[in-house]
Amino acid sequence: MEIRLNVNGKAVAVDVPPNMPLLWVLRDELDQCGTKFGCGAAQCGACTVHQDGAPIRSCVTPISSVAGKKVTTIEGLSPTGSHPLQLAWQEFDVPQCGYCQAGQIMTAAALLAKNPNPSDADIDSALDGNLCRCGTYLRIRQAVHRAAELMRTQSSNPLRTTAGK
Amino acid sequence: MSVLVTRQSRRGFLGQMFSAGTLILGAGPLASSAAQSPQPWMPNVFVGIAPNGLVTIIAHRSEMGTGIRTALPMLLAEELEADWKRVKVEQALGNTKYGSQNTDGSCSIRDFVDVIKESGASARLMLERAAAAKWGVPAGEVEARNHEVVHTKSGKKAGFGELVALAAKQPVPKKEELKFKPASAYRYVGKDVPIIDQDDIVAGKGTFGMDARVPGMVYASIERSPVYGGVLKSFDDAAAKQVKGVEGTVVIEGFKPPHNFQALGGVAVIANSTWAAMQGRKKLKVEWDSGKNATFDSAAFKKSLQTTARAPQKVVRNVGNVDAAFSSAAKTIEAEYYVPMLSHAPMEPPVAVADFKDGKVTCWCPTQNPQAVQETVGAALGIKKEDVICHVTLLGGGFGRKSKPDYVAEAALISKKLGKPVKVVWSREDDIRFDFYHTVAAMYMKAGVDQQGKPTAWLQRSVFPSISSTFDASSEYGFDVELGMGLVDTPWAIPNQRAENGPAKNHVRIGWMRAVANIYHAFGVHSFIDELAASAGRDRVEYLLATIGADRKIDFEAEGTKFWNNGQPLDKFPFDTARLRRVIQLAAEKSGWANYKPTKGRALGIAAHRSFLTYVAAVVEVEVDDKGVVRIPRVDLAIDAGQIIHPDRVKAQFEGAAVFGTSIAMMGEITAADGRIQQSNFHNYPVARMNESPMITNVHIVPSNAAHSGVGEPGVPPIAPAITNAIFAATGKRIRELPIKKTKLV
Repeated sequence: MEIRLNVNGKAVAVDVPPNMPLLWVLRDELDQCGTKFGCGAAQCGACTVHQDGAPIRSCVTPISSVAGKKVTTIEGLSPTGSHPLQLAWQEFDVPQCGYCQAGQIMTAAALLAKNPNPSDADIDSALDGNLCRCGTYLRIRQAVHRAAELMRTQSSNPLRTTAGK
Repeated sequence: MSVLVTRQSRRGFLGQMFSAGTLILGAGPLASSAAQSPQPWMPNVFVGIAPNGLVTIIAHRSEMGTGIRTALPMLLAEELEADWKRVKVEQALGNTKYGSQNTDGSCSIRDFVDVIKESGASARLMLERAAAAKWGVPAGEVEARNHEVVHTKSGKKAGFGELVALAAKQPVPKKEELKFKPASAYRYVGKDVPIIDQDDIVAGKGTFGMDARVPGMVYASIERSPVYGGVLKSFDDAAAKQVKGVEGTVVIEGFKPPHNFQALGGVAVIANSTWAAMQGRKKLKVEWDSGKNATFDSAAFKKSLQTTARAPQKVVRNVGNVDAAFSSAAKTIEAEYYVPMLSHAPMEPPVAVADFKDGKVTCWCPTQNPQAVQETVGAALGIKKEDVICHVTLLGGGFGRKSKPDYVAEAALISKKLGKPVKVVWSREDDIRFDFYHTVAAMYMKAGVDQQGKPTAWLQRSVFPSISSTFDASSEYGFDVELGMGLVDTPWAIPNQRAENGPAKNHVRIGWMRAVANIYHAFGVHSFIDELAASAGRDRVEYLLATIGADRKIDFEAEGTKFWNNGQPLDKFPFDTARLRRVIQLAAEKSGWANYKPTKGRALGIAAHRSFLTYVAAVVEVEVDDKGVVRIPRVDLAIDAGQIIHPDRVKAQFEGAAVFGTSIAMMGEITAADGRIQQSNFHNYPVARMNESPMITNVHIVPSNAAHSGVGEPGVPPIAPAITNAIFAATGKRIRELPIKKTKLV
């Protein structure tokens, strides 16, 4: 059965079982591998994407339930990889292994879209479903605050040197 | 060879230029090829310089989040005097020409700092000599500066690329001719250089093992015996084959003891997508002969370990006369501690792609040890290890789990049977149920103290199934590595000390997890010293320092103790109690220990531990609310890891260790009944979430000229005892068994 949806601004059609989770459609069918598999049970948040702007766990979202919907993944968050969250993540050198970070950023993006000035408690509450086994939580919290600031001031970003880049 | 059809990182991840093995013919320099061709000149196996000036540096250690894929190449660039912006980092294939690639044991910097500096300095000297020869000036008058060689007197300059052809003709310098940059001239070392994969990671473009794929690849999900050592009796795959996308099944033979890193064995369902393979697997009907481990029950096993720990066992350290000192002590104090099995649970479960063709196999996998992949896969397939080509992807966490390449052997075995490339994906349930577990440990401690509460005798017994059971099925006792992680190397100036180790059999696969045996030994040792301090009514920092005693280097040989010391000589890496004292004092100072006013439910705790040759003190503040919920407002870690290459990544490792240690302390526990692991996913094997982790972790680095020591692991051991010591100070409840969640605090 063909299922149509919009992924990162592009119309796509996939022919897969209707119960196949969006995660595996993205990864195995559409080659969008930024969204990660961590638990398959909505326990870790590594697979977080947006459905019409709201964060969802793609590992437990049947593809049939997003038919006709707009899905945004980490690849579609910013065409240039320069969403304020991505810039702030770089400013604070958040990633260690990096595996969970796409899910963290997507969850944080949904938070900032509705709460432009979150408190520590707001951030903890929004992100407590996103596990990071490396333990980068401190810097994630700092980076979310920084991204919120960047978005509020809409400043172009005066970030660090790009040595080695 | 298959071409990887995945995003190629612009950093050249999984690139083919050098690591495909066509240019590098051996460990020696290839000084002749570049002169005639546009190919890069490779002065040694770690670096190549192209005529266009692009410097490619080989990262031979695995990146699982420590930053090593940046730190060692950056160090080489530093000594080469290369411009980091004109450096490309390429991940090495598994190959012994690089030396060990086993990214484990917190030793990448320690073991390779000299080799990498020499590689950079040697190439720099050849470039300088080439320029001097070209200009007809004395070699001493030229110097490399930021990707070019300059002759100040004449104002002549030549870029590295221009000099490649001439440099390639230079003889390789002798080691004693090399000159290293003084620290004052460093432009990258000691600076906050972003990791090379950061742009890709935040854009979702990093290539992890989970993201590797090759054309024509199929997917496999494997049903394994729920009991360790169980043997396949029969299976029915008719229903599985009805699942859309399922192509068939493949049987993987069970392992032969010792299990080593062999595939566990099982029935693999092959499909055209990960999801279809997982769905098909659910429809399998499999019967196992579970064997002798079907009776394994972790609750009963716990009791047996505790019973063993209460009786005299094999002596592994003996100083003075503990028994006589107990007889004459004013008081003796006893306590027992227990730490359960734990699972690594890296965010990326084990995963591997393998493509067997024409007697050779190519693997793409997140592995900490590509040479172990070559050996394990070679043995499994009956081919030479040189015919196993191992590409190392980014690792979505490792923590020791990905040192054991059983999952790569599975992929290789299936690919050989099918004759096509296959990707084996472990579910989280597979990861939790079929781990090489961090072992359970039971400890018994006894101390004799004098009238003032000062310890005069210390007895420490530890009983745990050993990692060595992975390599020797008959193993029952701990080996040097485990004993040297907090059992035989307590830092106390106590005149009478004895350490003992009792026997225990393994009933599951036992492996090493971040900080290894230090986890349970540090919990026992640093809880017990805190108990003694409390019993003596003394300030715990003051008591800790007094028990460590006068500054000295502990002479294990003189006392007759066999001490592993991470495989390093004690003259280069002494057990220096002055360094331990300094980190304790620094952590106390930075945490405001002396003036801290504990309130009901809120207090500080301390623990300090040397591991991986690094000295770490942790002061943890806890807050226990009236429902018994524990929060950690603040952690202060003081560390002395010798010289530091990349301070920010060092800080990051210790920030992360505080979280990893929090998981161990608060919530981690693996149990078994009827030989089956009872946990399966993060709902019943929780790890610390953002709101459960320390709210602030300050990392205080002691400036040090000592030799580089470990960073990835040594932050973990002091966290759990510092937390439980703080809980005792806050509530009066002494926790002797982890995880803390099992104890009701109010």
